[in-house]
Amino acid sequence: MYHKEKSIQMKSSASALYNNLSVLRIAPRSLTYFTVVHANMVNMVSASWDGLNYSHRQLQSKEANVATSSSLIMQAAWCVLPSRDILVLTSQKGIQMYESDGSIMVYWHALDTPETQTAQAVFARGIAAVREKYICVGISSGSMLVFDVPIKGSNITLSEVLEEHKESITDLASECSGSLECIADMVSADDSGNLCVWKSGEDFQLLNKIPDKAIEAFCSSVKLWKGTVVAGYGTGQIRLYEAVTGIVHAEVNAHARWIYSLDIAPFSGLLLSAAEDSLVRVWHLTMTPETNSVEIVHMYNECVTDTQICGAKFCDGDGYAFAVTGYDLSEIIRYTQV
Amino acid sequence: MSSRTLPLLFINLGGEMLYILDQRLRAQNIPADKAKKVMNDIITTMFNKKFLEELFKPQELYSKKALRTVFDRLAHASIMRLNQASMDKLYDLMTMAFKYQVLLCPRAKDILLVSFNHMDAIKDFVKDTPSVLSQVDETYRQLIEMYTPLSSGEFQLIRQTLLIFFQDMHIRVSIFLKDKVQNSNGRFVLPISGPVPHGTHIPGLIRMFSCNGEEVKRLQFRNGGNYTGVLREGSFEMFGERVIKLGTNMYSVSRPVETHMSGTSKNSAQKKSVNTAPNPLAKEELNMLARLMGGMEVQKPGNADSGFRVNLFATDEEEEEALISRPDEFSYDVIKIQATKNQQANAELVKIMGDFTEEAGEPCSSSANSKGDDLLAMMDGL
Repeated sequence: MYHKEKSIQMKSSASALYNNLSVLRIAPRSLTYFTVVHANMVNMVSASWDGLNYSHRQLQSKEANVATSSSLIMQAAWCVLPSRDILVLTSQKGIQMYESDGSIMVYWHALDTPETQTAQAVFARGIAAVREKYICVGISSGSMLVFDVPIKGSNITLSEVLEEHKESITDLASECSGSLECIADMVSADDSGNLCVWKSGEDFQLLNKIPDKAIEAFCSSVKLWKGTVVAGYGTGQIRLYEAVTGIVHAEVNAHARWIYSLDIAPFSGLLLSAAEDSLVRVWHLTMTPETNSVEIVHMYNECVTDTQICGAKFCDGDGYAFAVTGYDLSEIIRYTQV
Repeated sequence: MSSRTLPLLFINLGGEMLYILDQRLRAQNIPADKAKKVMNDIITTMFNKKFLEELFKPQELYSKKALRTVFDRLAHASIMRLNQASMDKLYDLMTMAFKYQVLLCPRAKDILLVSFNHMDAIKDFVKDTPSVLSQVDETYRQLIEMYTPLSSGEFQLIRQTLLIFFQDMHIRVSIFLKDKVQNSNGRFVLPISGPVPHGTHIPGLIRMFSCNGEEVKRLQFRNGGNYTGVLREGSFEMFGERVIKLGTNMYSVSRPVETHMSGTSKNSAQKKSVNTAPNPLAKEELNMLARLMGGMEVQKPGNADSGFRVNLFATDEEEEEALISRPDEFSYDVIKIQATKNQQANAELVKIMGDFTEEAGEPCSSSANSKGDDLLAMMDGL
């Protein structure tokens, strides 16, 4: 179904972090941007579609009162809003937001870090753009910060703090189908496998909480598409839930190790899953509104030999191409449909 | 990231070090009483109460430089001496072995089982010495107390923290290459066969449900691997079958310990940015290091007869050659620390460090950076 294309080389290797690849397609300029986290830095590569031009930029983590920070970055992701794209970096010290090409930092939010080291780690993780103007970021305490983003400029403000989760946030996702009919706008996942479903607005509203019944549950990656939550777990399972009710549509014994990344191609319903077991799998989701059912079928496997995959994303809305990163690998591996 | 990583890093690296030293002591036919003394002395120092207290405090991981300094000191806690080339090689082997174990752990939580495998072996090394044995038992209790309540998410954070520490290290180890667990490019083999971790199902099944929870459809898919069942859960108590074999002793007298420096230079072009970025916490780190090592009781050196040198290479010529030909990017900068809590202990340590420098070549490289030099000058006045 897919074949391997020429890889993109990076300045440094990818760290073993969940969802460690973000892709932004800039159609008007025939470019695609990729970001991958390496410890306290982010590698940004822009690749022209003709495969001839690549340019690199590296962004550093930031810390108050310090010229060069060694604070580790947990995640980097683009937030696509109607009027602008913002690149968000979450680290042990705070949240950095940049214009989409990474050239200008437009906002910095420092996390409350205790004076002396505590047993509980402090960091921000989980990034999602929600509806027209919100960017949500998760924190290790379980809180979620909601930022209000203006159409342009740096007047970004903290609009709300959502305190629902009790464990560290692992991932956030917003409804990606583009449909305005969906009631649920965002889903959040935490360290103990709990999922919360939200409706956005001046005040975000909790629509549903999907607790996890398994003892060893841990959800590392989550997506929301057409009202269906797709969650990837440390046990290698993928589960599909109806967001507002929590009804389980499907359970897949998908991987032999911890799932590190999920992605959905919203126009085609293709689902990408990648795990520490070296495998990337492509699935297809179909909704049948009449019976309120969701089906998932397996389409394709790709083995990235001797690599613990940490990021996998589609490069376009149809799922025609996807890219993969792995721990200790200094390249972004790409695949396109044959 | 995780502030609970250092104890696991230290204990597992220490365990690997003991396996290697034990093998070399036997291979070099060191008399049994001397060999036993070395092992006991090192283990006593490793599990020193004050030292462990510092270690178990919540803290960020030390830099590679700082950790190497701790292990240098530990390796010289007895009458045994190591030349720089041998110490470098020892450290390469220790770190690559633990990197391998962390990568191949079926579940993040199994890092604790790997640690228990090392602890079980250490306990066996000192089973005839009750005083040390009780220290080791106390450490088991501390490990169990600190780590068994953690969730799988917290273990995965610890694992991710360790993997960042080991990032971009691809030194080829002969025993790994022979066993085909490492490729010739230095990367470890990750099999897509064998049993799946405890708590995971073999991939291949899709189950779909109706709104009232009834299963309505089942589909199978080809998983592309060759998985053969589910692992049992190992014991997380002081005694018990660990199930996981990672962290057990893979060396024996007949299996030599070699590393290959050549052929890894293309990987070394990767800058280890965490290491080379100017570290504004260097002063803080040196302070922590000084407190940690202040708790390490270093043995008074015996007379010239009881001391001896251990070589990690087959011959002295090989060792010399290794030192000369070691590529720059693989050199470990070691901080020379002479800081302790009191003047008398400081004087003793200065003497010991002086003895090492005079007799056995330089076990510690004195290439600390200028920031380190200023701080050391400050500490010498303590």
